[in-house]
Amino acid sequence: MMTNPVGRITQGQFSYLPDLSDAEISLQIEYGLSKGYAWSVEYTDDPHPRNTYWEMFGLPMFDLKDAAGVMLELQYCRKAFPRHYIRLMAFDSTRGVESMVMSFIVNRPSGEPGFGLRRQEAPGRTIRYTVHSYATDRPEAERNP
Amino acid sequence: MAAPLYQIPGQQAPSPGAPADAHAPVADRTGERTVAEVLVKSQAGAVIDDLERDLVGLAPVKSRIRDIAALLVIDKLRMNLGLQAHVPSLHMSFTGNPGTGKTTVALRMAEILHGLGFVRKGHLVAVTRDDLVGQYIGHTAPKTKEVLKKAMGGVLFIDEAYYLYRPENERDYGQEAIEILLQVMENQRDDLVVILAGYKDRMDAFFRSNPGLSSRIAHHLDFPDYPAGDLLRIADKMLEQQNYRFGPGARAAFEEYLVRRAPQPHFANARSVRNALDRARLRQASRLYADQDRVFTADDLSTIAESDIRASRVFEICAAH
Repeated sequence: MMTNPVGRITQGQFSYLPDLSDAEISLQIEYGLSKGYAWSVEYTDDPHPRNTYWEMFGLPMFDLKDAAGVMLELQYCRKAFPRHYIRLMAFDSTRGVESMVMSFIVNRPSGEPGFGLRRQEAPGRTIRYTVHSYATDRPEAERNP
Repeated sequence: MAAPLYQIPGQQAPSPGAPADAHAPVADRTGERTVAEVLVKSQAGAVIDDLERDLVGLAPVKSRIRDIAALLVIDKLRMNLGLQAHVPSLHMSFTGNPGTGKTTVALRMAEILHGLGFVRKGHLVAVTRDDLVGQYIGHTAPKTKEVLKKAMGGVLFIDEAYYLYRPENERDYGQEAIEILLQVMENQRDDLVVILAGYKDRMDAFFRSNPGLSSRIAHHLDFPDYPAGDLLRIADKMLEQQNYRFGPGARAAFEEYLVRRAPQPHFANARSVRNALDRARLRQASRLYADQDRVFTADDLSTIAESDIRASRVFEICAAH
């Protein structure tokens, strides 16, 4: 069984926990800001684990002092993509680090169809396996009704 | 979300209204009960005293700020007893001629509001039209929102705010910035305080053409021009900060300078004082520079002589008439 028993994808931080409330999300953002991270909002409708780069919702937010700014952007994104996966990412610009250091999902579609295992016959009785995301079965405009 | 097939460890059955909103003011019955306690705990009293001591003149502004601070302290006490659940509207407009201390007071205001806990971070983001309004269609909204996000938790100071609205160009993007600003001023009242600043007459015209903006601003503060005596005291303070002082006769000369300079065009109160003192320091420096072989004492190097002030162009013009 490829899907996990809770029927929710588990990517990034806190994904084994119940969904974070807005107050809890602000506290996480506040922690990141206190470390000097730049937050950004990203969304996608394809939760395949190899789908590393999600669509950016606006630019990364540098020089913020308070979580309310990131929360405002998140509200805009939730309004625009209520049935997409939305995640918050924190970028650490410290020289030598310069990469994403926090990432967690803050919005999920109401139904998460999960993943299937695809088998492909290859020469010499070889079987090739790949993971398929059921969310992408339908054309892009018709997903997440 | 699909119903989980088993209980996630640590998860409780969802009860209505269980997650408390972190921003909602909660009745805190263990909090401060007297004005003195609030002032001590918030250090707003110290900031107000500093304001009183450091800023010369500005009596009407100071008394208004004291009133606002008093309201905030009392609101804080009320909140501690659970009497009031919403934050008062704190957006302000500062009107006055150039150099009357609008930016300086805005900085202090941010400290006071932060001390009393009405803004969470207490930083000041100072912007003008260029930072808010874009140059092509679709540029303004992201630009304005970026500035607003940076100012969240602090004070947004919009200098020369009337430039946002250009009635002569109906396709000007300034209107779009104003609309976004209005929306955030209304909806994020506890996240951000907006201070609009500018010259009195043009701000009045600006508010007349944007009544929505005017009605969302609770406090209109007018900064009066400084009388000559106050300007002289400002000059004293400025010189003291830079470790300079007036030599014999120089203070009287500077007073005369101010009296002659004030009626002339482009007089910018405290800013003109600073510029005049900077020019006097230039003249002092070249006067001392001419004495190549002299050994200077600290006294020589920190004294502005009467001649340094008298060399100003302002005295020449008056002598010619």
